[in-house]
Amino acid sequence: MAIDCLVLGAGQEVGKSCMVVSINGKRIMFDCGMHMGYTDSRRYPDFSLISKNGDFDNALTCVIVTHFHLDHIGALPYFTEVCGYKGPIYMTYPTKALAPLMLEDYRKNMDRRGEDEQFTSDHIAECMKKVIPVDLKQTVQVDKDLQIRAYYAGHVIGAAMFYAKVGDAAMVYTGDYNMTPDRHLGAAQIDRLQLDLLITESTYATTIRDSRYGREREFLKAVHNCVAAGGKVLIPTFALGRAQELCILLEDYWERMNLKVPIYFSAGLTIQANMYYKMLINWTSQKIKETYATHNAFDFKNVRNFDRSLINAPGPCVLFATPGMIVGGFSLEVFMQWAPSENNLVTLPGYCVAGTIGHKLMSGKPTKIDLDKDTQINVRCQIHQLSFSPHTDAKGIMDLVKFLSPKHAILVHGEKPKMATLKERIQSELGIQCYCPANNETVTIPSTHYVKADASGTFIRSCLNPNFKFSTCSSTDKSYLDSNKSKAVSRLSVSDDRATEGILVVEKGKKAKVIHQDEFLHMLGEKKHEIQFAYCFPMHMARTEDLSSTSHMLCSFDKCTLISRLSMILSDELSEGNILDLGEELQVESFHVSVCSSDNCPHRLSSSLQNGSESVFFCCHWSVADEKLAWKIISIMKNSTL
Amino acid sequence: MMEDLVSIHMELRQFYGPEDSSSLQWMRWEGLEVLPSELKKIALGADCEELGAWMPLYSAVDVKDCMRKVQTLKYAEEACYNGTLVIKAFSSGLEIGTCNWTINGPKRNIAYISSSIFVSTHAMDFNFLGLQGNDLIIFSDFSTLDTTENMENDNTYCDPAASSNASDDLYNLEEIAASLLKDDESMEEMEKLAFICTCAFDSVRAGGSVLVPIDRLGIVLCLLEQMSLLLESSSLKVPIYIISSVAEELLAFTNIIPEWLCKQRQEKLFSGEPLFAHVKLIKERKIHVFPAVHSVELLTNWQEPCVVFCPHWSLRLGPVVHLLRYWCSDPNSLLILESGDDANLALLPFKPMAMKVLQCSFLSGISLQKVQPLLKALQPKLLLFPKDLRCKIQISEANTIIHYSENETLCMPSSKESTEIYIATDLASQFHWKTLKQETVTRLDGELFMDQGKHRLLSGFRQADSKQHRPLLHWGSPDLKRLLTELSKMGITGTLKKNMDSAESKNAAGIIDIDDPEKALIDVRETGTVIITADENLASHIFKAIDIVLDGI
Repeated sequence: MAIDCLVLGAGQEVGKSCMVVSINGKRIMFDCGMHMGYTDSRRYPDFSLISKNGDFDNALTCVIVTHFHLDHIGALPYFTEVCGYKGPIYMTYPTKALAPLMLEDYRKNMDRRGEDEQFTSDHIAECMKKVIPVDLKQTVQVDKDLQIRAYYAGHVIGAAMFYAKVGDAAMVYTGDYNMTPDRHLGAAQIDRLQLDLLITESTYATTIRDSRYGREREFLKAVHNCVAAGGKVLIPTFALGRAQELCILLEDYWERMNLKVPIYFSAGLTIQANMYYKMLINWTSQKIKETYATHNAFDFKNVRNFDRSLINAPGPCVLFATPGMIVGGFSLEVFMQWAPSENNLVTLPGYCVAGTIGHKLMSGKPTKIDLDKDTQINVRCQIHQLSFSPHTDAKGIMDLVKFLSPKHAILVHGEKPKMATLKERIQSELGIQCYCPANNETVTIPSTHYVKADASGTFIRSCLNPNFKFSTCSSTDKSYLDSNKSKAVSRLSVSDDRATEGILVVEKGKKAKVIHQDEFLHMLGEKKHEIQFAYCFPMHMARTEDLSSTSHMLCSFDKCTLISRLSMILSDELSEGNILDLGEELQVESFHVSVCSSDNCPHRLSSSLQNGSESVFFCCHWSVADEKLAWKIISIMKNSTL
Repeated sequence: MMEDLVSIHMELRQFYGPEDSSSLQWMRWEGLEVLPSELKKIALGADCEELGAWMPLYSAVDVKDCMRKVQTLKYAEEACYNGTLVIKAFSSGLEIGTCNWTINGPKRNIAYISSSIFVSTHAMDFNFLGLQGNDLIIFSDFSTLDTTENMENDNTYCDPAASSNASDDLYNLEEIAASLLKDDESMEEMEKLAFICTCAFDSVRAGGSVLVPIDRLGIVLCLLEQMSLLLESSSLKVPIYIISSVAEELLAFTNIIPEWLCKQRQEKLFSGEPLFAHVKLIKERKIHVFPAVHSVELLTNWQEPCVVFCPHWSLRLGPVVHLLRYWCSDPNSLLILESGDDANLALLPFKPMAMKVLQCSFLSGISLQKVQPLLKALQPKLLLFPKDLRCKIQISEANTIIHYSENETLCMPSSKESTEIYIATDLASQFHWKTLKQETVTRLDGELFMDQGKHRLLSGFRQADSKQHRPLLHWGSPDLKRLLTELSKMGITGTLKKNMDSAESKNAAGIIDIDDPEKALIDVRETGTVIITADENLASHIFKAIDIVLDGI
């Protein structure tokens, strides 16, 4: 059996995340996003690839949406209301609560841009009715065979990574995530899971970031300088997420610096959003959660509603305006008014989709921007680019992949050349097969299956007792932070052979059975025939003075002395095995050695004693399991002197 | 709630007892020790359930320390204990956060059902479907124990649809689920609340005040909503006071937990409204919250008539004691109690009382007529049912019913004899199979994991050199002539020296003397063979030859 992944969006790009995964007969759509950079049919995923005849209810088991950003949910009302998907849709409580606000805000802005409306307000409301909300870590039984579970992803409030399991096959789709906590959210968290497949975002596939505090200070300084000089600050954001994070940051700074400059939210949207945030405070960071009873962090004191008449009002101010990236709508309207003055400041997020004005402002320092063939905007204002982001950096991605150690990984939601670099690292450093498919491609990977067998009580009991073997092995450890340097490290490796004592017996017409090897012969009615190796040979002695005259008459005290000397030699030279000094005998795993005082030892091949009194015979025997070890010990003994 | 109990207890001690908690000398009942044994027995109680059962109350520090040890779970979150047991909680509908438990182990799946309510007015509904697929159910809802209801002859059970279904023996889960979820019970509860509100309203209209020492959070929250609605609709300006050291935190908390509430409350989240109306009412100053009866704000705000919610339902602790003393002689005032063990005893210190008392019982578990259909939906193989409830209801749904009672240990028959082991197919495909007379056998490889209650054999992270396959266990006895042939195929020549000792035994035992390519000896006996050589390569060749002539794995 295999897992098929059809990439409908965010393949080698950022935008319209959408992945359809077929896993053991179930078909799940992860995210249903729109592309902000296009206004034509490329804006939505090509749903016809899921089902030719448009029967999506039978083609899909369920839809899972990771968070409320438009590039992850923007196409959902279109898919359910226009395309007609009626099956179950899962998302977390905050996503279900906040997604309609995002969609509604987007729809309104699109109205203003005079585009074809692809869905209406009613569509959004009808679509949200189909959504089943889930809590973090809650194991949801979608049907008899499909189990899904959400894990905290940071990024925005309610963002989740989703685990899906059908039969023996299991996978995780991360959506967007952040491995470090920010002002209002915690870091992503997930259990160690047995996975066939991990699909992860890779926005910052090659970037490694340092602490965010310095970068936050830069932002605050830029804003403060601007308002101190009487300028106006425009912060184009989407209604939710970044707006709340920056607002907590500014609110805190305003309090500390005792600033009185007004902070505005456009159209009251974000103020309404704060109402939701207050109820969803359990989904924020620990620090903010703890204060809920006394002061809810989303009760902003300095924030006011913005009115259009205030655009050209005198005096400094800070304005949060939607939509982000200056895609159009109100943020564009304000930008057109404020951009010509060098006193003003526009802050942009770390990432803007290609094709947006935000993207144009970030690439180079344009003095003029052509909106369409009739409109041109003079840009003289300052531009500040926020250098902190709610996405994980390359180290975070590698950490997550390493932690989960899936059998296969797929990268989505990133830029093609950077993804290729990250893919190489995942394959070479972690030894995990990795893919970065383009849109509309399908990746097929094998999935795990299990066969069932009954295990006998003896086997299970023997497995309860650890049977560790320790050995030091040297291996080349490539530190992934600096893949050019590799160093040989010697490390202790622990192996446990419990399982190999089991024997699987398959008889026609009966269920497969696992029994312990001790039970096996009894089952067959046979007797064990033990094969052993033995060898008795002389070893050089340095000084014999302190021992009794001849090796023939060694007393037990001398034997013990010899054995303990041998033990010392072996523990110096032998890197593996557990050396046990049993007095007159030395044991390393199944290898036994003792001083041999019998001239007629049957394990001797030549009875002639070379070099007479300067050597003493040692008799060894061992079983086949420790063959390598035994010959290593014998060669050490032959090459050393006691 | 524990902190609140500790704080009102502390207050009580400040008035009546020693403040220092360590000096609870009297509670050791040293005086009783010197009593004659008969008297002592009476004073302590037969099982020490009278004075002998008295214990000092825990402290705030104890509460904190205890809670630190608690691992919290979401509904339907899997907690895996020791890799063996998977423990899950499912909502029971009784209160916010109450749950029933399932424990899945390698040998048995167990569900534990406590007091549950199918359709709740505030908390998430009883998720009985989550309890399906468990072969053992422990039924532990004792809420019907004190009711006079009786279900012995099934006569009172008058749902024709379900009973005809039962005779048809058609198992229709959806239909049973629908009948269980019929919200007649929650309607009844809402009516009760409405009745309480009208009684309260009548009292305040007559100039009296209302005192509500009910401790059930959900009921208090619903009463707050309904009562303020009723007061709002009239022209009466009657304030509602909540007096408790933890009320403020508790009320704030109930508004940030949409995931734990019933569907209607969750809808409020999605439409951006507060989950409970008290948020708005507090802001509008219709509800006032005070930490204690002596708070300055309370004294300056106090206005009668009023409605007061405060602990403690026992009427022995907390603000209720003061207010009850104050109002007990007022015939217009009203005390609302949850009917419990002995209201007479509770009210004794306040007698004679002119104050009206309203006792109400609320739904607090599965009603008797729903027990049977519930068990039908869950289909347990084995049912553990309380002995005390045996006379109330006859159960016919489980294959086996075992009655349990307090302080009695029951041993359950084992359900699965052997443990199942799951072997990854990619690993199994690498096994070296060997065909014997009737069966095909192979030695296992890989690493055994115990995870989520399942034994799983997965390919381990072994070095490549250990992949070399070698049988470790041999049986039978080798044919020496065949052995010599196999050896010579490998270019090893030797001569057979019959061992004199075992010459008489049928099986070929003896010593093979090898001289080419190196000197070596093979000492073959009935139960074992010893290979004696100084050469590693030769040793392994001889082993291979013996392996060919013997059976091994």
